[in-house]
Amino acid sequence: MSLTITVSILVSVIAAATPLLLAATGELVTEKSGVLNLGVEGMMLMGAVTGVAATLLTENWFAGVVTAAVAGAAFSLIFGVLVLTLRANQVASGLALTIFGTGLSAVIGTPFVGQPLARLPVFDAPVLSDMPILGPLLFGHDVLVYVSIGMLLAVAWFLNRSRLGLVLRAVGESHDSAHAIGYQVIAIRYGAVAFGGMMAGLAGAHISLALTPFWAENMTAGRGWIALALIVFASWRPLRVLAGAYLFGAVTIAQLHVQGFGIPIPSQFLSALPYLATVIVLVIISSNAARVRLNAPACIGKAFAPAA
Amino acid sequence: MKELLGVVAAAVIAVFGAADAFAQDKVKVGFVYVGPVDDFGWTFRHDEGRKAIEAEFGDQVETTFVESVSEGPDAERVIRQLAESGHDIIFTTSFGFMNPTIKVAKDFPNVKFEHATGFKRADNVSTYSGRFYEGRAVIGAIAGKMTESNIIGYIGAFPIPEVVRGINAFTIALRKVNPEAEVKVVWLNTWFNPGQEADAAKTLLDQGADIITQHTDSPAPLQVAAERGAFAFGQASDNSQFAPEAHLTSIIDDWGPYYVERVRAVIDGTWESEDTWGGMDVGMIAMAPYASTVPDDIRAMAEEIEAQIIAGDLHAFAGPINDQAGNEIVAAGEVMSDEQLLTMDFYVEGVQGSLPN
Repeated sequence: MSLTITVSILVSVIAAATPLLLAATGELVTEKSGVLNLGVEGMMLMGAVTGVAATLLTENWFAGVVTAAVAGAAFSLIFGVLVLTLRANQVASGLALTIFGTGLSAVIGTPFVGQPLARLPVFDAPVLSDMPILGPLLFGHDVLVYVSIGMLLAVAWFLNRSRLGLVLRAVGESHDSAHAIGYQVIAIRYGAVAFGGMMAGLAGAHISLALTPFWAENMTAGRGWIALALIVFASWRPLRVLAGAYLFGAVTIAQLHVQGFGIPIPSQFLSALPYLATVIVLVIISSNAARVRLNAPACIGKAFAPAA
Repeated sequence: MKELLGVVAAAVIAVFGAADAFAQDKVKVGFVYVGPVDDFGWTFRHDEGRKAIEAEFGDQVETTFVESVSEGPDAERVIRQLAESGHDIIFTTSFGFMNPTIKVAKDFPNVKFEHATGFKRADNVSTYSGRFYEGRAVIGAIAGKMTESNIIGYIGAFPIPEVVRGINAFTIALRKVNPEAEVKVVWLNTWFNPGQEADAAKTLLDQGADIITQHTDSPAPLQVAAERGAFAFGQASDNSQFAPEAHLTSIIDDWGPYYVERVRAVIDGTWESEDTWGGMDVGMIAMAPYASTVPDDIRAMAEEIEAQIIAGDLHAFAGPINDQAGNEIVAAGEVMSDEQLLTMDFYVEGVQGSLPN
């Protein structure tokens, strides 16, 4: 395999991994605060459709990206009200959010179907972009690729090094204790849910504005669910989320290349590989219950009702 | 949400249908669509067919449609409501509507039903589909003339006879004009996943293809081809707006002439249950306008192939045809039977890799 092919495979992997990384980074913060939001797919679709709508209406990609982030966050607050204020079941509410998002995005997107739009601009550095190997790997990506890595690093710092991050984790580990020492459990969780929605919105925007610049119903095609699996895969550690997203991207792209090179492995098996990888990792992680307890936020999925 | 819309639409149709059943002797034509009318693909083309009926018969007919009907119990309810509200002929335009159509048809022997792409018929149920592979033969020849790397990338949905037939028709035509050229196939096991379709196109281009063709439903591969300065063919409907610089032509499903003919048969009282597999000769398959990037001599060749297929002088599966191992499947001077076409489960010579089974 020649060097040029290897480099262009890696570039494809970066593109494929970015929406997963964006959505998983947001969901990581949400889950660390003790809230499980299964509505990632729905929020991504809302981001994807509003991003396209705003880009077409304003003819400005930046407006599209911002709108997608705001729409994702706003949409996640529906879930926030249900599970945080009304204390509804988180699993059921998250699933409902995905179903609602799928339908609503289809309705909103109707006028924009079949309208092509310009791809997000790419970042090219003079001279540096032309470097062999490193040039195409480091430059020439759209802005959201850099945002995804920057946000992941920022979240890693926030969760492990900042005071507010410590509070957020405390809320996720034991909301009663956090409440007892005076932290606003509900307010912090609202913030975490909205951040998760914003990042899912950006993930959707990366799909509809950069990967495949057009709107089509249900175009995220299950990536929100992979992002959710990634969190468990990474056992709630930010840097493992980064590694996991790129590993998933790599498996997705590699299976296509294996087919193209004519290596006789059934295509159905190859298409299932990314999902199979999730199942295997989940089995390995779950085989040690203590390890899961150690990493998973203890209060995940539990409603918080302050003692009156 | 979609289901709710479908139910509401059907209810509205039912109410209005009952109200004007007394008032007129117009022929009422109903359509059931699996997707939205503006999907720029499969359903969009069927709705163009519905519009052709209105254009042809004007005041003599009244057409209604219910869009985004999911395959399953919802479909039966929608079809039944169309039948109850006095429709004379109902077109159900997705494979998954087959059983509901047959079931409802039993209860309404005086209503005519037409089901697309299925294989179950009854006295009042016809089936129809298109010989999409004839279009593949045209684009295969264009690709053979235009490729420089002699590798064509083909994105397949599922390894079923319909898709395999397309790959083989394409490859036979490709190698007739360019015996050096080969086809590289990547299967996605989905009809629609824009991200994966784009990744597949990138993969094929990375591996040396300079022309991409697809049997999946999104315009993503066209956009990737445009970005990389390669050429590509569109699917089901004219996709040129997504990538004008890359788009060479598309195979277009044109249901209009068939729909007009069947509605005319209802008006004349000559409608009978039939199985139609229409090709270019009846206008069911057509080519989108060739792009200006197609050189004049190649355009002339493509038009000549179209003319020969229409005249019946050229069959996309005329012998000699060899399989990948070089065994002769069809001898010179013979053509494949429809039976062989419908059950095709092998790659012809010139396709790389092996067919998943």
